[in-house]
Amino acid sequence: MTITATPVTAPQTTTAISLRGVSKAFGRHGDAVVALDNITLDVSRGEFVCLVGASGCGKSTSLNLIAGLDRPTVGDVTVQGRTALMFQEAALFPWLTVRDNVALPLRLAGMGRADRHRRADDLLEQVHLGGQGGRRPHELSGGMRQRAALARALAQEAEILLMDEPFGALDAMTRDLLHDELEQVWSSTGLTIVFVTHNVREAARLSDRIVLLTSLPGKVADEFPVAIARPRRIDSPEVMGLAAAVTDRLRAEVRRHGDDMAMGHRHGDDMAMGHSHSDDAHGD
Amino acid sequence: MATDVQTDGVTDQKLAEEFAGLDALEAHLGSHPSRARRIWSTAWPKVAAIVLALGVWQAVVWSGWKDDYVLPGPDKVLPVLWELLGTADFWRAVSITMRRAVTGYVLALLIGSVIGLAVARIRLLRSAVGSLITGLQTMPSIAWFPLAILLFGLTERAIMFVVVLGAAPSIANGLIAGVDHVPPLMVRAGRMIGAKGVGLYRHVILPAALPTYVAGLKQGWAFAWRSLMAGELLVIVANRPSIGDQLQLAREFSRSQTMLALMIVILVIGIVVDTVFGRADVTIRRRWGLIDHSD
Repeated sequence: MTITATPVTAPQTTTAISLRGVSKAFGRHGDAVVALDNITLDVSRGEFVCLVGASGCGKSTSLNLIAGLDRPTVGDVTVQGRTALMFQEAALFPWLTVRDNVALPLRLAGMGRADRHRRADDLLEQVHLGGQGGRRPHELSGGMRQRAALARALAQEAEILLMDEPFGALDAMTRDLLHDELEQVWSSTGLTIVFVTHNVREAARLSDRIVLLTSLPGKVADEFPVAIARPRRIDSPEVMGLAAAVTDRLRAEVRRHGDDMAMGHRHGDDMAMGHSHSDDAHGD
Repeated sequence: MATDVQTDGVTDQKLAEEFAGLDALEAHLGSHPSRARRIWSTAWPKVAAIVLALGVWQAVVWSGWKDDYVLPGPDKVLPVLWELLGTADFWRAVSITMRRAVTGYVLALLIGSVIGLAVARIRLLRSAVGSLITGLQTMPSIAWFPLAILLFGLTERAIMFVVVLGAAPSIANGLIAGVDHVPPLMVRAGRMIGAKGVGLYRHVILPAALPTYVAGLKQGWAFAWRSLMAGELLVIVANRPSIGDQLQLAREFSRSQTMLALMIVILVIGIVVDTVFGRADVTIRRRWGLIDHSD
């Protein structure tokens, strides 16, 4: 198994992330849990990919592997460029002001105080938090905190942004605006984004491609290219139609697990699926 | 297809306005009460408590439980205290005691912090001495004095030895607990933005441990002050008048009014220093948003 993180020296290559036959097991021998099973996935430079799946599909495990926070048990992970990671919680540091939070990656990279403050203010401006730099994280709302976390991620000058259900805890209104924001940032920076969500409509709203993962073990079940023109709305018929198709496929996967209940596998009933029709003919 | 396909500039303008509106609705814009009001609201319960304590004390004296020369009332003690505050000897004693307190505390701070950090970082050290530190914390400092006097005689060093042993375990434990309770998400976030090794400690783990560390510092001060008073009663160094040995002297000469006046001084110094730590604690927690603004 190898992990390669190469700084971008050859921009002509178009693959930013490449997983080749990647498996990841936790625990040992007999009682090992296989989180990922023989995943092969390529993400092109500048692509916006959403990983969607029910509980236990190894979405977060995949991000950890790509981020280099974890190593695969089997297989190759190749990442071209630096990665930044955002979580469901903003994970801002409460002892720093919002500006200093955004500036910390720059400080760790050795940038001088004046420069990094200027850069942090620019980034805050970009996420519509201009003038909020002097405040403390707890003084911000959940949506504002996620925008600050986005600014902090952008400060890392990474080519790849990994997002682990970043808007999962936000209300629908705020999430809507953040979708617009993220789309804008993505299109203006050319970032490669891998976005994990259990919200199928969110995936259809944001991504170029939806990768559907199965659960326990996580495998690539299906892929859906999203050929809907941008800017999009989450409640547009195209987005909702695609979400319904993905949801049907996802439910078929979940049902398959219901049949395996004797094996003690978990139901995927805590996922949030779009308001789509529940009958489907995709069960196999 | 969405109907509002617009140019980028217009979309951005709209988005900016929507964010501004939402932020204004959602952000916690806590209004702070005026300074005078804040001071008054924290001061009056303390004043009331002091008045109540003096009242109970006076009531016990009036009940005739003990003779007046054994247990004088505040009406006798407070004038003596006032008189005491005007003497040079008293201030010399206070300055010697405070110098010992500060020196001992700073030593305990350094030793406790170094040990705490080492134990928090090194697994082997933790299993070896982790519980020993808690054990030392529960040991009454006065129990160290026989050993201290054997080792150092009736000297300043005997007192320092016990003050440091009294305070350092609390400080070390505060730091250990603080590092232990750093949320894993913070560490993960720190790693992701490029903090590693010493940088991770400097920028993430130690700041995150600060509130618990300050609680340990506060407790360490309480232990240091107690140990110091015990030390000054037991270890009387020649030509080094201190609050403790003035107290002992007052008892030997049956000057109960002076004795009680000195006890008030000890209590007040303890409270004042504790207030400083309390302030630091509240300031940190307010900055971090750990205090409910509706309070």
